[in-house]
Amino acid sequence: MRGNCYIPSGCSVSGIMSESGRRQDGNAIIKSIALMHDRANGLGGGFAAYGIYPRRSDLYAFHMMFDDIVAKERCEEHFKDRFDIVLDEEIPTRPGGAYEGMTAGRYDEEGVQPITDPPILWRYFMDIPEAKTKFVSDREYVVEKVMEINSTIDGAFVASSGKNMGAFKGVGYPEDIGVFYKLGEYKAYTWTAHGRFPTNTPGWWGGAHPFCLLDWSIVHNGEISSYGINKRYLEPFGYRMELRTDTEVVAYLFDLLVRRHNLPIELAAKVLASPFWVDIDRMPDRERRIATAIRQVYGSALLNGPFSIILGHSRGMVGFNDRIKLRPMTCARKDDMLYMSSEESAIREIAPDLDEVWSPRAGTPVIGELDEGVV
Amino acid sequence: MVMRIDCKGLYYRKQNKIIRNAAEEGEIEFILDNANGQRYIGSGIDKKIKITVNGVPGNDLAMFMNGPTIIVNANAQDGVANTMNAGEVIVHGSAGDVIGYGMRGGKLYVQGNVGYRAGIHAKEYKKQVPIIIAGGVAGDFCGEYMAGGIMVLLGLNRGEEEPIAGNYLGTGMHGGVIYTRGEVDECTLGKEVSVLPLDSKDMKVLTKHLKEYCEHFELDLEEIMAEPFVKLQPVSSRPYGSLYAY
Repeated sequence: MRGNCYIPSGCSVSGIMSESGRRQDGNAIIKSIALMHDRANGLGGGFAAYGIYPRRSDLYAFHMMFDDIVAKERCEEHFKDRFDIVLDEEIPTRPGGAYEGMTAGRYDEEGVQPITDPPILWRYFMDIPEAKTKFVSDREYVVEKVMEINSTIDGAFVASSGKNMGAFKGVGYPEDIGVFYKLGEYKAYTWTAHGRFPTNTPGWWGGAHPFCLLDWSIVHNGEISSYGINKRYLEPFGYRMELRTDTEVVAYLFDLLVRRHNLPIELAAKVLASPFWVDIDRMPDRERRIATAIRQVYGSALLNGPFSIILGHSRGMVGFNDRIKLRPMTCARKDDMLYMSSEESAIREIAPDLDEVWSPRAGTPVIGELDEGVV
Repeated sequence: MVMRIDCKGLYYRKQNKIIRNAAEEGEIEFILDNANGQRYIGSGIDKKIKITVNGVPGNDLAMFMNGPTIIVNANAQDGVANTMNAGEVIVHGSAGDVIGYGMRGGKLYVQGNVGYRAGIHAKEYKKQVPIIIAGGVAGDFCGEYMAGGIMVLLGLNRGEEEPIAGNYLGTGMHGGVIYTRGEVDECTLGKEVSVLPLDSKDMKVLTKHLKEYCEHFELDLEEIMAEPFVKLQPVSSRPYGSLYAY
């Protein structure tokens, strides 16, 4: 609760993707998530954007959050021995920035709530020295370093660590966070957004969505009740849960299942939201065997509890719900654009005329993919 | 007099205050142009007003509504007719999840599909009987924990393989009735319902409501009634009566 009024409802998610790779600025996604202002309560908002650093697309872009200058120095010491820092700079912000659109309840009664007290926000474009990746792949190396920073460097957190993408997040309403980070000045082919209504875990800058690792980003409405099981499952693979919130495990599970275990995205979604045994029993033979194997091998990766999730990655965007659809999701298409959101109105706000609008079935992923040969 | 409100960029509280105040002063008809995402339209209003919504209304449309008629010329989102007591909601499109949640009376007519958990916890008392009719198909948990009311699924314009309702149809149901146009697969039913043929009383009730439904959406009643319906009713009025008895 921020301010002194009662705020109903829960989180919001929204995602926009151009499958032909056309990049557009962040104003549309801000407008979309702003329409769902009342699903959030001002304790967290954030965006993931893909395609924003085309001139540095071969470098890992680390978006960092530091509690203080000491944490920053400690982290830079850490970077220096492990990466070639090609460029580092402050992430441009507009302190006190606030969205001014009316749909977000910004009329006389409520007033604006500008973003205040940010941590130090810095980005590093980095290469990996060749000697470091003799025995380990680039991406594996980056994952190791992200885990190291989050768990061992006090006051330093990695907001995102992929190539040609970035996370922009913090404490506040999402539309204000968008203005604060000047997202109107970035161009991306995929944007995802989140308005937070924290329930079980604190509202802090590192705990806002999206949660990112490499080019994976997750925005999530709901609650992962199986967090404990998922965490214990992930830890032996080298993942460390340090961000004090449940959603983190989803990003790491995708990294494990798709990057390390090479599962197709459809199958990974079936691991996280697997069919019930009673439905598996009714499947044709081949599907039943696959579904059974998935549940047997990846039982501890199953996500329990209500969720609607949008996964972003370099080549696409994926939306899916928990197995009994305890959280909302609406999808739509218009020409090369794919939209997904907690509410249809949040899509109509930026694309009034749509070719197709539908609500995906529980546990069934909706997959957007960049066309062959794009980017 | 008709009051037209341009809802473009209008925050829901402001919009609903305009409607409520005007209704207090005797206004009986409203047209909301460019509506998009405004919540709680018609909520708690107990006057015989008519509201036409041009655009997608926000969640909890007609919540606690007690009398008005609402016509939506687009899809509707989640929670339509939540705990509604009286009045009519006519949606010229599809509706989202948990529509008719705890509905106590009135009518909810949806032209297209309805989402998950339609009619959950609907109830009735004597002459107060809520009616939900969907022209398309329903998601899982349709009629879950229904304690009263009438739910009708027509399954029009659906794909060949597409079932008229999802899984767990009528789970925990202990009152009211669901009519579906065409058979339902037994394995999709909740444990608490059984499939029965319609008797003459059912046909009378069904025809009466469908006649009205067809008028709203310009459908041919005869054509709709030409397909056989089945009836789902709870096996027990207290399915969980002995759950905590020991």
